[in-house]
Amino acid sequence: MKPNNSSTAPARPGLHAWLMSERPQSRRQAALGRAYGAWCTFSRNRLAMLGLLIVIALVLMAVFADLLAPYSPYIGDLRTTRLLSPSAAHWFGTDDQGRDIASRIIFGSRITLYVVLLVAVLAAPIGLLVGTVAGYAGGWLDAVLMRITDIFLAFPRLILALAFVAALGPGIGNAVIAIAITSWPPYARIARAETLTIRQTDFIAAVQLIGASPWRIVLRHIMPLCVSSVIVRVTLDMAGIILTAAGLGFLGLGAQPPMPEWGALIANGRLYVLDQWWVAAAPGAAIFLVSLAFNLLGDGLRDALDPKAAK
Amino acid sequence: MAISRFLLAIALTYLGLLAVTFFIGRVIPIDPVLAIVGDHAPEHVIARVREEMGLNKPLWQQFWIYLSKVVHGDFGTSVLTSNPVLQDIQRAFPATIELATLGILIGAGLGVPLGVWAAVRRGGLVDQAVRVMGLIGYSVPIFWLGLMGLVLFYAKLGWISGPGRIDISYEYTLTRVSGFVLLDAARAGQWDAFANALSHLILPASLLGYFSLAYISRMTRSFMLNELAQEYVVAARAKGLSEMRIIWRHALRNAAVPLVTVVTLSYAGLLEGSVLTETVFAWPGLGLYITNSLQNADMNAVLGGTIVVGSVFIGLNLLSDLLYQLLDPRTRSR
Amino acid sequence: MKEKHLKVWFIKSAAALAVATAFGLPLALQAATPKDTLVVAWSIDDMITMDPGETFEISTGEIMGNSYDRLIRFDVNDPSKLVGDLAKSWAVSSDGKTYTFELKPGLKFASGNPLSAEDVVFSLQRAVLLDKAPAFILTQFGFTKDNVKDKIKQTGPLTLSLETDKSYAPSFVYNCLTANVAAIIDKKLVLSKEVNGDLGYAWLKTNYAGSGPLKLREWRANEIVALERNDNYYGEKSKLARVIYRHVKEAATQRLLLEKGDADIARNLSPQDLAALASNKDIKSTSTPKGTVYYFGLNQKNPNLAKPEVREAMKWLVDYAAIGDTLIKNIGVVHQNFLPIGLLGASTVNPYKLDVDKAKALLAKAGLPNGFKVTLDMRTVQPVQGISEAFQQTAKRAGIEIEILPGDGKQTLTKYRARTHDIYVGQWGADYWDPHTNADTFVRNPDNSDSAKSKPLAWRNAWDIPELTKKADAAVLERDAKKRKTMYEEMQADFRKSSPFVMLYQQTEVAAMRSDVQGLKLGPTSDTTYMFKVSK
Repeated sequence: MKPNNSSTAPARPGLHAWLMSERPQSRRQAALGRAYGAWCTFSRNRLAMLGLLIVIALVLMAVFADLLAPYSPYIGDLRTTRLLSPSAAHWFGTDDQGRDIASRIIFGSRITLYVVLLVAVLAAPIGLLVGTVAGYAGGWLDAVLMRITDIFLAFPRLILALAFVAALGPGIGNAVIAIAITSWPPYARIARAETLTIRQTDFIAAVQLIGASPWRIVLRHIMPLCVSSVIVRVTLDMAGIILTAAGLGFLGLGAQPPMPEWGALIANGRLYVLDQWWVAAAPGAAIFLVSLAFNLLGDGLRDALDPKAAK
Repeated sequence: MAISRFLLAIALTYLGLLAVTFFIGRVIPIDPVLAIVGDHAPEHVIARVREEMGLNKPLWQQFWIYLSKVVHGDFGTSVLTSNPVLQDIQRAFPATIELATLGILIGAGLGVPLGVWAAVRRGGLVDQAVRVMGLIGYSVPIFWLGLMGLVLFYAKLGWISGPGRIDISYEYTLTRVSGFVLLDAARAGQWDAFANALSHLILPASLLGYFSLAYISRMTRSFMLNELAQEYVVAARAKGLSEMRIIWRHALRNAAVPLVTVVTLSYAGLLEGSVLTETVFAWPGLGLYITNSLQNADMNAVLGGTIVVGSVFIGLNLLSDLLYQLLDPRTRSR
Repeated sequence: MKEKHLKVWFIKSAAALAVATAFGLPLALQAATPKDTLVVAWSIDDMITMDPGETFEISTGEIMGNSYDRLIRFDVNDPSKLVGDLAKSWAVSSDGKTYTFELKPGLKFASGNPLSAEDVVFSLQRAVLLDKAPAFILTQFGFTKDNVKDKIKQTGPLTLSLETDKSYAPSFVYNCLTANVAAIIDKKLVLSKEVNGDLGYAWLKTNYAGSGPLKLREWRANEIVALERNDNYYGEKSKLARVIYRHVKEAATQRLLLEKGDADIARNLSPQDLAALASNKDIKSTSTPKGTVYYFGLNQKNPNLAKPEVREAMKWLVDYAAIGDTLIKNIGVVHQNFLPIGLLGASTVNPYKLDVDKAKALLAKAGLPNGFKVTLDMRTVQPVQGISEAFQQTAKRAGIEIEILPGDGKQTLTKYRARTHDIYVGQWGADYWDPHTNADTFVRNPDNSDSAKSKPLAWRNAWDIPELTKKADAAVLERDAKKRKTMYEEMQADFRKSSPFVMLYQQTEVAAMRSDVQGLKLGPTSDTTYMFKVSK
């Protein structure tokens, strides 16, 4: 990895050289060096940086929602502020209960973030675990686990999520669980494919010779290597997860009122779309922007972390 | 021997699918009897109907009864429509197929050339456009786009027909034979009905087509770039072959192998996209059927729909694997 | 040179697409419905059967009202007046228990079979024998599977008699005979399709055996219902050759269809749509108060909600006026009684309005000065959703924290019937046009235990009311119409004060239609909207 001199002028030449050294002295140095290299590649990609910025903006919006939102997202006046068109006072207008849409979108970012994080935290580890165990163990365990994975893959994600939410009851928590349940199979597949390749390698053979238990091998050696591809896939999936959550909200199965979940906002606005189109347009644009950001971010990550992916 | 293991795997997947769906159905906190008798019915009627439907038997017994019927081709009766589920699905499924097929034709028909162009003129305008279209396709909620499209092209501009498959005036003059309105109209030579059906189809199909186009064009571009970077291309150029020949007869041919997989999988993905599209456009297809049945706890219908959709998915996945093996000579030496 | 080929390919395919669209364009524009066909855009996914002895849904009710005849109907313009449909005359004996009917001569079914008293007797007996959901409308007069063959008898080729177990108010009995369950079915046709002695039940689910002005041609579930003119009808024939109901779930889609002329009538438009269409010269609308009331039910099993002060406080926490002016404008009127206007004895007294201070005072009296937490089961449909959310906001001002639990209609209903809710937002439509239909459910609770044989709304909210139950029972036996009216007025006054029901509004059914549609009058019940009187 050659030191990059163009866009990232190293503030501390010493640190940069240390990170990019071809002979790392410790494990930590190697890991940090890899991360730094990936960051360099990533930061050169302008669109990916844009995606990152939007995601950071989303996080900031969620954290500082109280300060940013001009009005309360829950209180509106039926008589005076109902379905007003966009204006200086209400940037995106008001909805059918008289609530300011801009504020609702700002607070809704919390729900979006909540969904995205929770699904990632639930689905990715499960998928990773199932995939690596199946890939490493082989035999009947592999067959059983893959069969289970296939069952979930043999079904359109939305319909399966629909079925689960219908069974569990509507609500944002159940929607998250439903989406997570339907999201982990692709990660398992990826992890398994990677494991199959990795387990043939010499260093795994070496660790086996030392006498490490299978669990230790899987957890400490194989999994870390699969993590990056899973992360890339998860990030690329985020958009899909957001869209699925919005779809569930649209069908009335997501967050419960008065929570300003973006998909539910669109469903609400659908009733007025012919005359007060802004009620549906603004949350739709928000979903679009955030999904786009995750897509750009995921593309950038893939290019940075996985050199095999041709540009 | 490999075939029997293969079939066993499929059978197990099916069984698992059915078990999961059945379990979900019985766990759903909706009383299916309500959908039949309504809220005003007296208690003894409700109790009687519940008994008639076999809902008082233990869960595993209900599942076993259901399985044995399915094996004989009896998917049960829909509690909502009073028709055999198979009959309902036979009516709903072609509508989704018609939509998805037209969608994939648009998606692949436009997507492949666009992808090739983007790869050939890398960094050019088309390349950027493909990139942007792809990103938009992955990021925009399909139901929102459909809604806006309907408002724009139907309500404001009047360029296309509204929701539904065909106008009322053709409803009774067109004999439905195959379940595919376009085919029936063409076969009967009723070109005005054909045009009308097309104008109903065009927006939802374009919507689905756009989403598959986003995916297919990106994949084509990616595969073509891969191929064009290979050594044989350099060699062919050195030999003096024309660019067109290289692109179409050699590079694309090689890229076609994974591309076929992509198109097949995209087709499967359209079936999923149809759920929301059918809701927006009131398209009487399978997606709408399953969603409706789910919201009424019409479990026979949901299970029947599950089997059909699951079969299509499994089938398409198999097909793509098979095609990959057939088309790629490298995989033949096993 | 390489791009040229691609470019050509593109231009060709774009052209093809354009041609295809252009081809469809002029034909798409001539999308108006045929002159002799009426197209109605309506949400009809509640239909599950076409058998009048089984059907109980709103949409099917209208189909039945247009395609099947009965002994008597009531005058749509004055529901207290009865009009003979198939019956020429009717009378009740002096002891009040025997009713006799004489049919008009020369009647025929759509199939061509003659219509006689035999068919009438068969139809009524069949409804009781099948004992489906709506059968109680007849069986409440003492008919059972064992005795119905004796109690409902044919006394001549065109005459029949009915014997009830008690001497009910005659208006009550006649009103019940106007319901769909008392529709007259073609005995010969139905029995010829009988399987295993099911009285033609399996066949009639998806078929037709009636004598009404429109006959059922086809029913494709969740898609379309097609009716055709019946030329064998005894009265004024339908002006239109066909009436087609298209299932369209979304109000916005219905509106689009209506504006474009792809539909003649749209039935589920929202207040916004109606307001927006008011300025459209091609569209007009008509409306009628419907026998359906909306309410919040407070489960008395919840100790907080069981306190009488809390019950009353809730009634002061709804902003009826604002809701009436915005969320239900044109589609409902604020109504705080359990009898919808139009029924005998219905009260128009609406004493409650939004008064947060009064509610707070009442809560303090109940020992809950800081409010309390409670859940609300809500169906995710408008305007119910909007009203629930508005209520959530106003209740918060008195310290009551409402957590909304959204659900699909069937889901929340299942919970409601199991009495596991706190607050439920519901609606009740009249089953037949007599005050007992609502009294039976709101103020009658004969058995409040968990294993009760009947589950009226009062039971579902665990409201134990032995006194009111007795009053309701007495009102149904009161033969003097004036006295009966007073009894219902008293019940409503009592109900307004003490019930766990926060009555919200009465539905106004609105239909928007193209300006060339004439003669549409919406009826107060589902089966009194007569499409056969409509012309274009």
